[in-house]
Amino acid sequence: MSQIRPSKHDATSGESRDPIGIAVAVLNRLAQTSALDRFGLRRSTERVVFETTRSGFRTIGALNRTFARQGKKSGAPARVPAAPGNGVFDLTPSEDEQMLVDVVSDFATEVLRPAAAQANEDCSAPHEVLASSLEIGLPILAVPEDLGGISTERSAMAGTLVAEALAKGDMGLAVACLAPGAVSTALSLWGSDEQQSTYLPAFTGDDEPAAALAVNEPRALFDPFVLQTTATRDGDDFVLNGVKSLVPRGADAELFVVAAELEGRPALFLVESACAGVAIEADPSMGLRAAALSRMILKDVRVSSLGLLGDTDGQAYAECVRLSRLAWCALSLGTAQAVLDYVIPYVNERQAFGEPVSHRQSVAFMVANIGIELQGMRLVTYKAASRAAQGKAFGREVGLARRLCAERGMQIGNDGVQLLGGHGFVKEHPVERWYRDLRAIGLMEGGVLL
Amino acid sequence: MISLETPKKFRPLIGQAHQVALNLLRPNSRKYDLLEHEYPKELDMLAAMIDGLSESGASNGAGASGVRRSEDEPADDGKTQNEKTQNEKTQNGTNLASVLSIMEMCWGDVGLLLSMPRQGLGNSAIASVADAEQQERFAGLWAGMAITEPGTGSDSANIATTAVLDGDDYVLNGEKIFVTAGDRCDAVVVWATLDKSLGRAAIKSFVVPKGTAGMNVERLEHKLGIRSSDTATIRFEGCRVPKENLLGSSEVDVKQGFAGAMATFDNTRPLVAAMAVGCARASLELTKELLEQAGVDVDYDRPAYNQTAAAATFLQMEADWEAAYLLTLQAAWMADNRKPNSLEASMAKAKAGRVGSDVTLRCVELAGSIGYSEHELLEKWARDSKILDIFEGTQQIQQLIVARRLLGKTSAELK
Repeated sequence: MSQIRPSKHDATSGESRDPIGIAVAVLNRLAQTSALDRFGLRRSTERVVFETTRSGFRTIGALNRTFARQGKKSGAPARVPAAPGNGVFDLTPSEDEQMLVDVVSDFATEVLRPAAAQANEDCSAPHEVLASSLEIGLPILAVPEDLGGISTERSAMAGTLVAEALAKGDMGLAVACLAPGAVSTALSLWGSDEQQSTYLPAFTGDDEPAAALAVNEPRALFDPFVLQTTATRDGDDFVLNGVKSLVPRGADAELFVVAAELEGRPALFLVESACAGVAIEADPSMGLRAAALSRMILKDVRVSSLGLLGDTDGQAYAECVRLSRLAWCALSLGTAQAVLDYVIPYVNERQAFGEPVSHRQSVAFMVANIGIELQGMRLVTYKAASRAAQGKAFGREVGLARRLCAERGMQIGNDGVQLLGGHGFVKEHPVERWYRDLRAIGLMEGGVLL
Repeated sequence: MISLETPKKFRPLIGQAHQVALNLLRPNSRKYDLLEHEYPKELDMLAAMIDGLSESGASNGAGASGVRRSEDEPADDGKTQNEKTQNEKTQNGTNLASVLSIMEMCWGDVGLLLSMPRQGLGNSAIASVADAEQQERFAGLWAGMAITEPGTGSDSANIATTAVLDGDDYVLNGEKIFVTAGDRCDAVVVWATLDKSLGRAAIKSFVVPKGTAGMNVERLEHKLGIRSSDTATIRFEGCRVPKENLLGSSEVDVKQGFAGAMATFDNTRPLVAAMAVGCARASLELTKELLEQAGVDVDYDRPAYNQTAAAATFLQMEADWEAAYLLTLQAAWMADNRKPNSLEASMAKAKAGRVGSDVTLRCVELAGSIGYSEHELLEKWARDSKILDIFEGTQQIQQLIVARRLLGKTSAELK
C-alpha cells in the first residue's frame, strides 16, 4: 500500500535484468544468508522494525491510554496573547528567555550530545533522555498557564531559542524530545475547549504521552498544501485514509495530529493511536535517526467530530505549516553552530605541510563563510519567530528563512565534513551525522512545531 | 525582547529618504550615468535640505557623520535587560538610522548618494577619529578619503605617501588613486606615513583642504558603474598642511598600530553593506513586478520546487537578501549599543557585497532583454553593485577578517 511500484532498489523504470544479472541476484541472496550467520546478525534481524523490508514490519499504534472526553462544546478555549512589540530593533533575549536557553543548553551538552551517537545507531532515543526532557518542561512550553503549562504569551521566539539550543546537542534527539510538544502546542493554538480539556491534561500531568504531528507524504515534490491523505465526512464523524512519512516516534505516539484534505482544503485532525485502521511502519532515514522516524498508514480511520482541529478554511493549517517550518529552521541553527564549533579547533590543530591547515585561505575562508551564512540564517529565522510571537504576519519571513536554512544549512553540513577530510567521513567524528541531519531541513514538514 | 522590525521612530526618516530617492535620484539616474562626470547640480538643493534636516535633528543623526561612537566606551557591561535602567535599554541610534537611510538612498542611486555633498567617506573618518576641536573646525566640509595608491590597495599598511614635519606644517608627497568625490569635495582626508620604517603605527590621516598648494586632481576615471560619482587621482607634491590638521593624536603608538584609522572602517563597513542592500532591493522589486507581468507569482508558502524556476530563483535571492539586510542592521545596532562590532561589520559587508552582485546580475538575466537594455535601470544596478564588493575592503579581505577572528589567528599566521 505504501509503495506504488515494486522496489528495484531505486533503479529507474528503464532498467531490466539480463541472464548475468539474474545469476548475480541469486548469488546476492545466497551471500546474504551466510553473511547473517557469519556476522551473528540473525538476532539483529529481529530488530526488523528498523530494517526497511518490502512487506514492512507493521505494528498497531502504541498501547494507549484512553482520553476521556471533557469540556464543553460552547466553552471558550484558552489562548495565549501575542507578545507586545515595542517598535525597537533589539537582539537581546529577555531574562526569561535567557534562563530557559541556559537550562536547555546545559541539557543539550550534558544529556543529548553524549547520547547522540548511540541513539543514531539504535534509531531511537534512550528512555532516560526522553524522561529528562519532560522534566525540563518541553511539551508544555507553549501551553497556557491556565491549562497547566508555562506560557503567558506567544512563545515562538522562546521556542526558537530552545530548539536551537537542543539541536546544538543533537538534532535527532532534539526532534525526539520536541515531537510531543508539537501536539500540545497545536492544541494550545487551535484546540477547542473540549479538545483542550480532553487532551491537554495528559501533557501537563505526570505521565506525558508521546505524540506526533504528521504532515509529510511519501512522494517527490510533496506540497503540504496538496495532500493525498483524505478526510471524508460520515455523519458527524470523519474517515481518514492515506500515508504519512517521516513521523517522529510514530511507534510510541499515543496521539497524532494528522494533515488531511477535507472537501478540497487541507485541515488538521486529532487521531488517537488506538483508533482502528492506524498502522505504524519504520521509516529509518538518512538522518534524525534518534527520532525513530516512521510511516503512519491510515485505513478507514474513523474520528468523531472532536477530531477536527482548527478551522476548515485552511487558516490554522497554513499557520501550522509555517510554525513547523520555523521550528526546522531553529533546529538547523543549533546543528550548524555545532559544526562551526567543532571544525574550528580541528583545523587549528590539524597540521599539513608544517603548519595548521587553518593557515590556508581555502580552509579559512570555508570557516569564515560558515560563520557568515550561519549568522544570516539566524537573523532571518529570529525575525520570522519574533513576528510570529508578536502576532504579525510572518508567511514571507518564514518562507525566506526556510529557503535560506535549507540551502546554507546543508552547505554548512557539507563543509563540516569536508574540513575534516577523511576523518569527517567516519563515525568517529560527529560531523557526518550533522551532514545527514541538516539535509532534512529543506524537506521536512510537520514533526515539530513552535 | 528580540525584535528585528524596523524601528518605529525611524519610519519618517526612511520615508523621507525614500521620497528623495524616488523623486530626485531615480529620475536623474540614467542621465548622470550617461553624462558621467558632469556635476549633478540637483544634488545641491538636496544637500541643503539634508543639512537643514540634520540641524533640526529630524534626521536622527543619520548620514556619513552618524557613525561616531561615544568617547567613553565601556564594553558590554554584562547587565541583564531587567537590570538596565531606562537609559541603558537597547539603543536604536545614529548608526542604525544611517544604514537605514543609506539603504533607501541607494535604492535610488548609489552613484548619486556617493556624490551627495558632505556625505563623503572623509566625513565618516572625521566623525570617527577627530578630536572635539577638529570636529568643530571641519564641520560643514565635504571630505573625500584618499587611501589607495597605484601600488597599494588591500594592504593599506603599505602606503608610501609621506608626511614629514617641517616647522608648523606637515609636508605631503605621494599619489592617491580611486578617491571618491575627489574632484567635487571641499577637502580630502589623506592617509600618509610619518615614518615608513615604523610600519603601520606611523600611518596618520590629514585633512587637506582643496586649493592647498601642491595638491592636484590629475584625472577622473571612466568606470563600469557609479558613473555619476567622480573617482579621482590626486597627486601631492610638497603639499603643506598645518599640523593641527592631523586627525586625532600625532603620537606614534606602536602597540596601538593604526587601530585608530581602522576604527573608521568598523563604522563604515555597515554603511557600504547598506548600499549593496539598497541597490539589490531595487533590482528585486522591479524584477518581481516584471515576473508578475510575465505571469509568474512568487509564493512564500508553496515549496520552491513546486513553483516555476523563476519563482524559485527569486525566493532564493530574496532569502539571501534578507540575510544581508539583517546582518547590516545587526552591525549598526551593535555600534549604537557600544558593543565591539568588527566581526559583525565584516560579516555584513561580505554577505551584502556578494549578494549585491549576485542579485543584481541574476535579475538582469531573469528580465531578459529588458534587463539588459538601457530602457530600464536593471542593467545599471548590475554595474553599480560590483564596486560595493570591492571598495572599503574587498570580499576576500572581509573573509580574511572574519576567518582570523573565528580561528583566533593573527595576520602573520593567516595570510
